[in-house]
Amino acid sequence: MSDVSLMVNGKRVSGAAEDRTLLVHFLRENLGLTGTHVGCDTSQCGACVVHVDGKAVKSCSMLAVQASGSTVVTIEGLANGADLHPVQAAFKEHHGLQCGFCTPGMIMTATDMINRHPEGLDEATVRTELEGNICRCTGYHNIVKAILAASKTMSKGSKGKARQAA
Amino acid sequence: MYSVNYHRAASVADAAKLVKAGDAKLLSGGMTLIPAMKTRLAAPSDLVDLSKIKELQGVKVSGKTVTIGAATTHYDVANDEKLKKACPALAHLASLIGDPAVRHRGTIGGSIANNDPAADYPAALLALGATIVTNKREIAADKFFKGLFETSLKDGEIVTAVSFTAPAKAAYEKFRNPASRYAIVGVFVAKGKDGVSVAVTGAGDDGVFRSKEIEAALAKNFAASALDGVKVPAKNLMTDIHASADYRANLIAVMAKRAVAAANA
Repeated sequence: MSDVSLMVNGKRVSGAAEDRTLLVHFLRENLGLTGTHVGCDTSQCGACVVHVDGKAVKSCSMLAVQASGSTVVTIEGLANGADLHPVQAAFKEHHGLQCGFCTPGMIMTATDMINRHPEGLDEATVRTELEGNICRCTGYHNIVKAILAASKTMSKGSKGKARQAA
Repeated sequence: MYSVNYHRAASVADAAKLVKAGDAKLLSGGMTLIPAMKTRLAAPSDLVDLSKIKELQGVKVSGKTVTIGAATTHYDVANDEKLKKACPALAHLASLIGDPAVRHRGTIGGSIANNDPAADYPAALLALGATIVTNKREIAADKFFKGLFETSLKDGEIVTAVSFTAPAKAAYEKFRNPASRYAIVGVFVAKGKDGVSVAVTGAGDDGVFRSKEIEAALAKNFAASALDGVKVPAKNLMTDIHASADYRANLIAVMAKRAVAAANA
């Protein structure tokens, strides 16, 4: 057992966990943050993507204890109260989801992608960078549209909504 | 996953001590080891995490000499501005590994210590004539990679860095498995002061290897057209559900041509 201590969505949390506990299970079962999904459980599908110290990672392929001391942002940490994050708003506007299972991972990957490309994104880049996220409904078209739209909104900058996800 | 004891090493010396415990394994990005533990293909008693050791991180370029710390992530290799100037082929190779989330965690040291027969870095290090630095010694790449998932590392020996002289020209071309992103065939070509070397990953029955046929043709003329009609023997190449040995042999020549064209571009 180890003490796992994290900053999750702006709140300091800690708890004891077996060393073999995966980060995704710590988030879902210890912290009750079930927005992060377990899809393939083999680091292929990206349903479990969260941000650790500002970078998108697959939380099914990282131990909770490896992340101890880090800052974690999950899908629950993006919205500001009732105000959706620009990427969430764009997924809603452009219908970037069908069944919704892959959506949390898609949105966390998209947010990371937009943060890494402040100069803006084109369709080819979005499609290439989405290679680690699989949508079983094959709804990629609208996901790509939503990410391009969110990228535009966020690069408009200080108008307010483009809150940088950590 | 079976039960395991996790230790975070503060330094290489600390890691060298910790790894002596039980059946311990070194953990870097964990992009292979953690999935292998989840399926119980690996079941170490202890994990010694190297990823937070500062001295193992970062890319240094001094003149033509490039040194990359073992715990440098694929993302950091792909985006290092000095490396993009000194050896853009290696930065490009790093950008083709896995997907963005995997590149944020996976490291060059972890990749070469694992020596997956379809991993990308072994081809680059072999073609670049790189040196693998450990906490005990320096090992030439052609002595380091020993076969499928085998290296010349001794028990508990820790890769700390890789270094090489930037070549005049180099490029990497990869024919990827569309699901896993691993190479079905990957070819790294490098033209330096010691001539041309060409290393192939993803295809060899015994892991990464140099293609003598392609090197001989390119030594005379470093142009894609020099490879017209060059046949790579299918002997000692892998046959699996993704591709036959004959198909891989053909792909090696095709990828080598593309790599030479890219290196000359």
